[in-house]
Amino acid sequence: MEKEIHFKIKRQQGPDAQPYWEEFKMPYAPSHNVVSALMYLREHPTNTRGEKVDPVVWDCNCMEEVCGACAMIVNGEPRQACAALIDDLEQPIELEPLTKFPLVRDLMVDRQKMFDALQQVKAWIKVDGSWDIHRHAPLVSPKVQDIRYLFSRCMTCGCCMEACPQFHEGSSFVGPAPLGQVLLHNSHPAGEYDKEERLHAVMGDGGITDCGNAQNCVKVCPKDIPLTDAIARLGRQTTAQWLRDLFTN
Amino acid sequence: MATKPKVIVVGGGLGGLWATLRIAESGFPVDLFSLFPVKRSHSCCAQGGINAVLDVKGQRDSIWQHVVDTIKGGDYLAQQPPIKNLCEAAPGIIRTYDRMGVTFSRTPEGSMDQRLFGGVKNRRTAFAGATTGQQLLYAADEQVRAFEAEGKVKKYEEWEFLSVVLDDEGTCRGITAMNLVDMKVHAFRADAVILGTGGLGLIFGRSTMSTNSTGAAASRVYQQGARFANGEFIQFHPTAMKGHDKNRLMSEACRGEGGRIWVPKTAGDTRAPNDIPEDERFFFLEEWYPAYGNTVPRDVASRAIYRVTRHMGLGLGGEDVVYLDLTHHPREFLEKRLGGILDMYQTFSGEDPYTQPIKIFPSTHYSMGGILVGYEKDGETGGMVPVHPKNHASTIGGLFACGECDSAYHGANRLGANSLLSATFSGIVAGDASVAHVKGIKKRADDTADAAYDNEKKRQDDINRKLTSPTGKENPFALHHELGELMQGHVFVERDNKGLDQAIEGLKKLRERSQSMCLDDNGTWSNQSLSWARQIQDMIVLAEVIAKGARLRDECRGSHYKAEFELKIPEGKFEGDPEFEEYKAKWKANNDKWLKATIATHADDGPEIEFKQIDTSVLPPEKPRDYR
Repeated sequence: MEKEIHFKIKRQQGPDAQPYWEEFKMPYAPSHNVVSALMYLREHPTNTRGEKVDPVVWDCNCMEEVCGACAMIVNGEPRQACAALIDDLEQPIELEPLTKFPLVRDLMVDRQKMFDALQQVKAWIKVDGSWDIHRHAPLVSPKVQDIRYLFSRCMTCGCCMEACPQFHEGSSFVGPAPLGQVLLHNSHPAGEYDKEERLHAVMGDGGITDCGNAQNCVKVCPKDIPLTDAIARLGRQTTAQWLRDLFTN
Repeated sequence: MATKPKVIVVGGGLGGLWATLRIAESGFPVDLFSLFPVKRSHSCCAQGGINAVLDVKGQRDSIWQHVVDTIKGGDYLAQQPPIKNLCEAAPGIIRTYDRMGVTFSRTPEGSMDQRLFGGVKNRRTAFAGATTGQQLLYAADEQVRAFEAEGKVKKYEEWEFLSVVLDDEGTCRGITAMNLVDMKVHAFRADAVILGTGGLGLIFGRSTMSTNSTGAAASRVYQQGARFANGEFIQFHPTAMKGHDKNRLMSEACRGEGGRIWVPKTAGDTRAPNDIPEDERFFFLEEWYPAYGNTVPRDVASRAIYRVTRHMGLGLGGEDVVYLDLTHHPREFLEKRLGGILDMYQTFSGEDPYTQPIKIFPSTHYSMGGILVGYEKDGETGGMVPVHPKNHASTIGGLFACGECDSAYHGANRLGANSLLSATFSGIVAGDASVAHVKGIKKRADDTADAAYDNEKKRQDDINRKLTSPTGKENPFALHHELGELMQGHVFVERDNKGLDQAIEGLKKLRERSQSMCLDDNGTWSNQSLSWARQIQDMIVLAEVIAKGARLRDECRGSHYKAEFELKIPEGKFEGDPEFEEYKAKWKANNDKWLKATIATHADDGPEIEFKQIDTSVLPPEKPRDYR
């Protein structure tokens, strides 16, 4: 028998529709990944019962694991589907949408919450303007740069949010990814000027103290970003800030 | 009280984000439209770096040399005055990114490091590991988010641009766009519109580009009357890895950091690469181009690979594949300088690039051509007037273009690490130009009759209705494969007129077939098939522009190569040798005939092409490109 790729995909026509599982089989070829296989299936959308169905809907863009679009649950694990190689996966391959974000359709979800959180924690460096002021930012030591670079590769894919037990519909916890961005921006020589503002943004309800230290976030991060280190460091910084606040008020 | 004029920016990659920033800073409201959250834009795929003369490597680098390299890299086909401004602005742009917090790679003393890239001799490329585009995109994204928080920018993400709304005089007064969740079409008023919608690599089927880089938006305004320039100039990047879904780029930084390209000297050598001794390896770029070696420009490298694989039969496994070898570097060095992409190679190929040479081949990568945009020349400096409503203006009044979808700066071939620069710079210029435009505007979008918007919306609704009520049997995804095969078969690294005629004929048929599609999804909720069906129709139209331009251009220039018309540099002869001087005279005569921009105008039965003079006043074409 010819080799096949066997998928079991959790589908849902829209946010208010009932979810259901649908199976698909397609011819095997080496070096397929989940997205390239989904591309084959959208062209040949026939399920294992021989029914022609609506093509599966999902998000993707860069296909190089840098844009963050194609995060979904592959065989129980949140990850980038483009970097999930078929040869490394047990079959049937189960695909599900991320569960912590509002569902749009099939494997597509709305991760606006994460972008809102970036606004909430003021994840930017304040500059006078986008014009040249004829000088660089202050020097950054290669050591600090190396640490900052770890965090600046966060692509807002949502895997850490999915894995975090504290981040869910009923909680106001901001989640691991935005906390990493607080550390990134606080460690820039000019970003440091607004350190307090960012710390205050994560000190209240839904802030850093809501982290339950489950350590799931680092395990699933596709970029190996040391999110728990960031949270630990921020924890110390917010405690110090709390004390400072106490004495200055 | 009258409201402030508003600008719509379409596309949230580097170009669109910078345009948005400039407009918001000037105090005008901006609506920013994107197919997806802007942070996922294709700019994040740029790896190696961004060019700017900082002269921090003791090489006496100069802005003038950057200008020369860019103009010659583009084989003189770019309008020259704006290139001057581009290179002059570059160091300031880097300083600004630095202030915005970009994690640029550092020297031991904490200042910015620079690396070598193709087509130049100086270390001029600033970089952030091997994810420079991602880092720059995020910095611009963050600055725009700060304005968004203040209510000065409104984002429409998961929206597809469908068309511009034109008034009775043919001036752009807004856009129509489709909400990609509920699939409803809306019309939006604006006093200026900027397209920063990126490249068109998907027209070639597989490319190094993101799956949304279809060129559909550019095609749509082209079909509404905007001129399209230099379509035939497509960059084929020499170092990509093959995939089912896309070809993944292995940055030019690999060559810049000392990567060596080679094949076994004997055809059909089946030994593992590490078992082949040095003297049995053919380092063809080093041998043919000793002055630049492995860092020749991309067009030169891609053709050299074809020469080796197709004409000498030395490709690995008989294919257009060669080795890119970094294994002579220590792992620690590679991890630091190229980690991001080497890890990606490992993920997708399952092979270890730290100990095994990478397997690479040329792939569609970048479109030098695009929407024709203008500029106002500065009589005093010979450059472009920095702020002027003509800068980056398309041939449709009120419509501007920036980034890869425009046709400026790169001529017939783009230099590595100039794209992040031109995307940023053109976003700045287009943003400033749109502000100058709306400040001087006499008639406002608010004064435009509702009918203009209603009619355009109806036209778009009709297209959707037609596509979702099946008229034939064509599958839009299958049509895309055919389009890709046609373009890769006949409009690729090496071209000839017979093949191009076949391509043009084939595209015509594809265009007709794309009018009778049958979608597997006719629903009204997040219907990706509908969106793709619309895009494939528009991709075919743009493919015709590319193929026709290539057919008409009977010469070799930059990325466009037809063996029949090649002017060969006499081997072993240089400036002063009579053979070389004879070659140079022929080269000049050819320039008199062909040093012109290809301008396409849309017509129902295919593009109409005319040729337009190039302003070569900055660096007159006196010296041919010569990378030996």
